[in-house]
Amino acid sequence: MVAKQLSVFIENRQGRLGEVLAVLKENGVNILSLSLADTTEYGLLRLIVNDSQLGKEMLSKEGFSTIVSDVLVVKIDHKCGSLQGLLTILSKENINVEYMYGLSLDGDQASVVIKTSHPEKAMEILKAQKISTLTNEDLKDM
Amino acid sequence: MIWNKEMECMSRDKMTELQSERLVKLVNYVYNNVEFYKKKMQAIGLKPSDIKGVEDLYKLPFTTKDDLRDNYPFGLFAVPKSKIVRVHASSGTTGKATVVGYTKNDIEAWAECVARCFSMAGISNDDIIQVAYGYGLFTGGLGAHYGAEKIGAMTVPMSTGNSKKLITMMTDFQATAIACTPSYLLHLSELIKEEDLLSTIKLKTAICGAEPWTEEMRKQIESSLNISAFDIYGLSEVMGPGVACDCKYHKGLHICEDHFLPEIVDSKTKQPLGDNQLGELVFTTLTKEGLPLIRYNTKDLTEMYHGTCDCGRTSVRIGKFKGRADDMLIIRGVNVFPSQIEAALVGLEEVSAHYHIIVDRINNLDTLEIQVEVKEEYFTDEIRSIETLTKKIAHAVNQALGLNAKIKLVEPKSLTRFEGKSVHVTDKRKLY
Ligand SMILES: [Zn+2]
Repeated sequence: MVAKQLSVFIENRQGRLGEVLAVLKENGVNILSLSLADTTEYGLLRLIVNDSQLGKEMLSKEGFSTIVSDVLVVKIDHKCGSLQGLLTILSKENINVEYMYGLSLDGDQASVVIKTSHPEKAMEILKAQKISTLTNEDLKDM
Repeated sequence: MIWNKEMECMSRDKMTELQSERLVKLVNYVYNNVEFYKKKMQAIGLKPSDIKGVEDLYKLPFTTKDDLRDNYPFGLFAVPKSKIVRVHASSGTTGKATVVGYTKNDIEAWAECVARCFSMAGISNDDIIQVAYGYGLFTGGLGAHYGAEKIGAMTVPMSTGNSKKLITMMTDFQATAIACTPSYLLHLSELIKEEDLLSTIKLKTAICGAEPWTEEMRKQIESSLNISAFDIYGLSEVMGPGVACDCKYHKGLHICEDHFLPEIVDSKTKQPLGDNQLGELVFTTLTKEGLPLIRYNTKDLTEMYHGTCDCGRTSVRIGKFKGRADDMLIIRGVNVFPSQIEAALVGLEEVSAHYHIIVDRINNLDTLEIQVEVKEEYFTDEIRSIETLTKKIAHAVNQALGLNAKIKLVEPKSLTRFEGKSVHVTDKRKLY
């Protein structure tokens, strides 16, 4: 199973990012990782949280444009070349990486959040290569 | 120089007599040739014979932009299509354009009026004039062009869109005059300074129009380029540029009133007002054959005054415009109705019907920003898709207005909701 990511559209105006974070905090939604893609006009806040369903509900209720999309959270070794190795595997199978960002774990393990053109297929490929990914269930406990 | 001394310096009595004669003829003409006017007059029990002179003008019904729209495209033409030699079109209040038609005589009369205006600005056959209004459906380019040719000036049809070429030719041809919008001229003056060409150019006169501008702006243009600038007024429904122009004394714009009979009416009661009273400017075309209009309300707010000007002309003058009686915006010389933008947005399933328009002037060029709410279900988590959507909206707006707008996507439900008539516009420019 793939992991769920929340994406929130925010206008570039003072305090708007803080308002998103406040909604999550008030509802006990824990942020595991985030990335902010911004243009001059607006930003897209992408979040991996422990409860994407609750996060989506609460943000929508507060009037934020929020969507849930499928991403891969892939565990990789904290060593040189491991990310490159992962990307090579995906690219060989014609899986496009739309964007990615890091998610830190304890110890010498790291992980990356990857949005790909074909999330389910990418999962299969990684599974076959014995590369572990985190599911929504895993994220719940974090 | 006064191009047509007889008409421009006519005594008030003689002018009233001429206008009355032409008005009576016009009323009979439209009654017999335009179904719309016949019905309109019959509806209020008015016979052509009830109009005996300009003193009866107030009895006639008004014509509005909506009437032109309802009779799109040729419904108000008074002659068969075979007599029309040219059409122009301007923005309508909705998707449909307002179409105007001209006979050969209309084109001739138009050139005459523009020639009077250009002469008023001191332009003659010795001048080299660059016409930098858009050529095409917009009346600015061709209107100014025919007038410039009529006075025998060397006419350079620059049109719009290439400032660099314009400045090169201004320098190389040693152009002495230019016709363009005032904001564009200020923009050009910046470019001329940047290129350090101020001492090289031979420009001495500018005829600016197609958008409202202030006295301060005129002084700014004059001092930055060391030229004289004149204000020309017109609108396509009535004819195009050349309806009125100011002389070197800048005490109001002289109306070619043997062709266009002006009135100022009260915004609320629509009753005619006297001199120096602010109201809506209304024109009755006295000589037009193709699209004659009875009491066409321009919705431009100004005042009118009679009396002999220091230049010797006796023609009635209008003051600088004080605003609009409707929500029409003039952006880079293009007339824009918020309803046109709304119509373009309604055609897109991705956006809500709520929008906000912000007009500003940055570096002397008008900017148009449209804030649009995207429906939540059309958001994606990829910048690329959002950019594609932005481009799609910009394209739809450009198709509707003929203007590039900056589209700013905003969060759903973030734009203010208005009860009843919406207030969709923030205009930060100082135009009046
Ligand atoms: Zn004068």
